[in-house]
Amino acid sequence: MSERKYIEPQPSAETQPFWDGAKQGKLLVRSCRSCDKAHWYPRNHCPLCGSRDLEWIEASGKGEVYSYSYMRRADPPYVMAYVTLAEGPTMMTNLVECDADKIRIGDKVQVKFIETSGGVHLPMFTPQSAVP
Amino acid sequence: MARPALAYIVGAYEHPTRDAGDKTMAELQADVALGALEDAGLSKADVDGFFCGPDAPGTGPLSIADYLNLNLRHVDTTNTSGSSYLLHVSHAAQAIQAGKCDIALVTLTGRPRAEGRGKGGLVRVDNPQQPDYQWEAPFGMQILNMYGMTAMRHMHLYGTTSEQLAWIKVAASHHAQHNERAFTRKVHTVEEVVNSPMVCDPLHRLDCCVVTDGGGAVIVTRPEIAKSLKRPLVKVIGAGERPEHQQGGYFEITTTGAAVSGKIAFEQAGVTPAEIKYASLYDSFTITVLLQIEDLGFCKKGEAGRFVMDGNLISGVGKLPFNTDGGGLCNNHPGNRGGMTKIIEAVRQVRGEAHPAVQVKNCDLALANGIGGQLGVRHASGTLILERE
Repeated sequence: MSERKYIEPQPSAETQPFWDGAKQGKLLVRSCRSCDKAHWYPRNHCPLCGSRDLEWIEASGKGEVYSYSYMRRADPPYVMAYVTLAEGPTMMTNLVECDADKIRIGDKVQVKFIETSGGVHLPMFTPQSAVP
Repeated sequence: MARPALAYIVGAYEHPTRDAGDKTMAELQADVALGALEDAGLSKADVDGFFCGPDAPGTGPLSIADYLNLNLRHVDTTNTSGSSYLLHVSHAAQAIQAGKCDIALVTLTGRPRAEGRGKGGLVRVDNPQQPDYQWEAPFGMQILNMYGMTAMRHMHLYGTTSEQLAWIKVAASHHAQHNERAFTRKVHTVEEVVNSPMVCDPLHRLDCCVVTDGGGAVIVTRPEIAKSLKRPLVKVIGAGERPEHQQGGYFEITTTGAAVSGKIAFEQAGVTPAEIKYASLYDSFTITVLLQIEDLGFCKKGEAGRFVMDGNLISGVGKLPFNTDGGGLCNNHPGNRGGMTKIIEAVRQVRGEAHPAVQVKNCDLALANGIGGQLGVRHASGTLILERE
């Protein structure tokens, strides 16, 4: 089995604060001061109401599995997932440090940052029961 | 009472090849264009509207218009991936009604096998400039796992099973056995599908479509011209389109754009799902078909698993004959874009020209639906409702 190689994200000025936060172990999400809702993925405008009055908030890092799929034939295999954050929106991610055959939709998960070879920290999730 | 026509489909041609070999994309474009024109009883000089996707090499329509030497006054290169060609027929009808063209050519070609993409999965290259790229590509997003997640959630919400999904492949394979050009004519059982290797939970290898080269084309025109030709009259009476996406992080992946595109098309046509005699449903994967059956209104949300069982999609057996050419699951999914072949088989059914073993009796009303892009993240649905006149 090979070591996982990640495609490097290519941050822009719009998204750099997110990746800076990730490097410090913080899951930042964009939240709208007008409609008071968080959205995913982060933008400089609110995709829900169109406002440009946004702030970065630090999410709890807690969520639950919205859906998942075990990519068995990849080398190495990995678990693609959507996780619904406690703050509201659902984000695309991977589930790591878990038994792929035991995952269930609705499982409680906690963010876990995984560093790429390029030094970027990707927000992934692991079952809350596995977090010390 | 005759329903008003948006336009007529007077020519339809499916390229016979499944392995294009040395044939270039431009040659395939010429093959399908001239094939559809011949089917219609028209010539290249009659074409004044050209609709193509990004599969046509060159800048938009320009290189192929040049290559074919078309004399055009209207072009449209709408790209919603595999569903593009259903949207093209709809847009052609609109252009014809607006007086912008009289005879529209719609083409699709592809050669993923010849280009080496037939093995090891469907490779798509996303552009880092896409705003979604950095939130998806690093996590290993692929076509397979997006459809896998969609199927997994449908199973979770509604108790849908792998055996139920398998019935969709089984029905397609029953149809493909009669199609001498089908990529695979093997008749499958539910057991064979669920025992085929799991490629991406919960999808098995036989839940996936074939990878083929080839293509197809259709000719769309106005009523006066259609009635002057010698082919059976196939009129477009309803059309709808709907891009669907992640909606800022608040979405339900088990609902496709077909819920909206179908509603628009049915309302325009003035018919109900119960009246449809035959349906071409996009079948990139078995789950794609299952969700369209629900979202187009052939059964209630969550009930398609039970709906597709026991051969209910098999012509002559079930209530909703689908993809009687064998569909993308068995026959042909040229260029990884199945929209064109969906239109072509629906036209054959309405004309009464499908294979006799699968021809639906008195098929006066048919539907074709396409889902382009990827379920589970971003896609567009296109619906056409066709009536024999």
